[in-house]
Amino acid sequence: MPDTNQFDAIVIGSGISGGWAAKELCEKGLKTLVLERGRQVEHLKDYPTATLNPWEFAHPGKQTREMMDQQHIQVRGFCNEANGHFFVNDREHPYNQVKPFDWIRGYQVGGKSLVWGRQCYRWSDLDFEANAKEGIGVDWPIRYKDIAPWYGYVEKFVGISGSKEGLPHLPDGDFLPPMEMNCLEKDIAQQIKTRLPDRRMIIGRVANLTRGLKDRGPCQFRNACDRGCPFSGYFSSNAATLPAAYMTGNLTLRADAIVVEVLFDKERKKASGVRIIDAKTRKTEEYFARVIFVCASTIASTAIMLQSRSEAFPQGMGNNNDQLGRNLMDHHYRCGASARSEKFADQYVYGRRPNGIYVPRFRNLDESSKRSDYLRGFGFQGNASRGGQSSLEGIGAGFKEEVSEPGQWTMWLGAWGEQLPHPDNRLTLNPQQKDAWGLPILDIDCSFRENERAMRKDMVASAAETLEAAGLKDITPFDNADAYPGLCIHEMGTARMGHDPKTSVLNRWNQVHDVPNVFMTDGACMTSSANQNPSVTYMALTARAADYAVRALKKGDL
Amino acid sequence: MNRRDALNRVALILGGTVVGGAAFLEGCRPKDKAAAVAAGFPLSAETIAFLDEVAETIIPTTNTPGAKAAKVGAFMNTMVTDCYDEKDQKVFADGISALDKACEKAHGHGFMKASPEQRKELLTAIDKDAKDYNAAKKEVDPNHYFALMKQLTLLGYFSSEIGATQALRYVAVPGRYEGCIPYQKGDRAWAT
Repeated sequence: MPDTNQFDAIVIGSGISGGWAAKELCEKGLKTLVLERGRQVEHLKDYPTATLNPWEFAHPGKQTREMMDQQHIQVRGFCNEANGHFFVNDREHPYNQVKPFDWIRGYQVGGKSLVWGRQCYRWSDLDFEANAKEGIGVDWPIRYKDIAPWYGYVEKFVGISGSKEGLPHLPDGDFLPPMEMNCLEKDIAQQIKTRLPDRRMIIGRVANLTRGLKDRGPCQFRNACDRGCPFSGYFSSNAATLPAAYMTGNLTLRADAIVVEVLFDKERKKASGVRIIDAKTRKTEEYFARVIFVCASTIASTAIMLQSRSEAFPQGMGNNNDQLGRNLMDHHYRCGASARSEKFADQYVYGRRPNGIYVPRFRNLDESSKRSDYLRGFGFQGNASRGGQSSLEGIGAGFKEEVSEPGQWTMWLGAWGEQLPHPDNRLTLNPQQKDAWGLPILDIDCSFRENERAMRKDMVASAAETLEAAGLKDITPFDNADAYPGLCIHEMGTARMGHDPKTSVLNRWNQVHDVPNVFMTDGACMTSSANQNPSVTYMALTARAADYAVRALKKGDL
Repeated sequence: MNRRDALNRVALILGGTVVGGAAFLEGCRPKDKAAAVAAGFPLSAETIAFLDEVAETIIPTTNTPGAKAAKVGAFMNTMVTDCYDEKDQKVFADGISALDKACEKAHGHGFMKASPEQRKELLTAIDKDAKDYNAAKKEVDPNHYFALMKQLTLLGYFSSEIGATQALRYVAVPGRYEGCIPYQKGDRAWAT
């Protein structure tokens, strides 16, 4: 517990973005307070399921009737018995779904960085220029050259394994050695190269350490990342950025601190600090600082800004243009195709690779790949494995032998598609309903629209086409109709960056146009969603914004 | 093996959706409990012992322990009690007596008194019936009781310590990944 309420910087949130803000600001010498609304989760110590064998779970096969009720939204994602303690209780943290929206949340120190999918792909100018070229939303105020050095900066610290491919629209980074494809994946990659020259299949780029990095890793190929890693084999705030921030002596971390609002000083026209409620004692406290980073996760960050009402900002801080809360995006997924192979019956794998393969976007890259039915594109993720036997018949000793052997190889490809920004996909504060701490409950009104629906047809068809071209059998396309926005846990937008203060919330440095000492650097800042997994872009933008903020502070600009 | 792996494995083995599979992964709704009690679940120790023998006939002790040693009867009880809907609970409960009666008819005495050979003969026939039933089954038709028992046997066995480490292979900390290693017919699958 801090013994002073005055700091140089306050960071709201301790997930992927907040962890980076904390590390950068602390390393640049700022006394930094990190406020986390959830409980403390100490690296290694607070990973209760990390080393359990499958049969050691409290409910081997029965289970927690509670989870389906208490975490009725979280379970729609990948919350399960082994990682459920890193996801919120939906009964305690309600919101309104004006249209179905799965809001997956991790309220604890480290946030969702404990359970993230760890896929890391740079964006390119194909993504940063798309809005301007197509007249969608507003233009990004940055281009690839602005963020490229910051990608390199964060990649070196995170530790991302991957292969260099020389693709202009999926730029290479500073990678650790790539993981290996298995036999069928290698074969499919080769077939695709020969028969579908418009696409490529590469090994996934993943924040798992294929080599030890300082005191972390290497990855032990247990594939149990979402329980917390006893080997620090993957990147999380808890394993990496928060310890680095702590080492500087400049970090103060306060858990159980729910931020109510960012305080505005109308004389100085700047934020002066934040007001919090202690989640347990419900006591209100105020903390003050010269610069504030709002990194509470896309939706929560914007909710805090909407709650920050003052004479100057009656509709929420930075929202005099009615942009805050608009253009909520996610990726649409849970569609693609799977198939079976008759090859490699004499080959198998050793170890559990916490990673799959990636097929970078191949639609709407140029004139030759241009589609008339939709804008933007999608990528495939997937993997090949030997599953169980397909035999249905029999019982007894022979049957037991048969089902104890691996079956044929199968390959699945899932598509991850871009969602266009739409001003009516938005979140607002419910004027009446309050949560247990007296804070307004959110109304989330977001849906996939025409462009996503048209793209989705192609996502399924081209996944099937890819597997067919690769020579696979029994191709089974799939499309889960109940994959609502939010479920991909790539929520973005609602406080977009832009050139014009009239049509955007943040400038090119992630600074609130109207309140220069407040920065929003998590997914809320995103002006479009691209189709790549977004976390590494939040990290790069956060490090870049922190660098700018400290320089501006030193110049006396903030 | 986590639950999803176990489920995927069994779904692949059986070529379809596992009844109660979503609940197995994600837990069960509290309202199921009252319904379960009304339908006669949880089952008696005697019935669990009966299910152990059914499971043991499906996955017998060979050079590795079978389903009875892995306590699959108790596993079935828990799954059906906590995770099945009322319709499948009834199918399952009725199936227990149907199986016993079929044994009576075929061999002149109940399943518990039948020899291992008689049990195997009976369940082989019922397994074939279930397969034929499933081939013609429409979505609205009830499940076949033996399909449920067989699914649960496989799920319970392969997610047990015996199943994962003796019938299959399990390495807690592999330490590395190799994408192509030689495989010989007869080598056991990885549990996860």
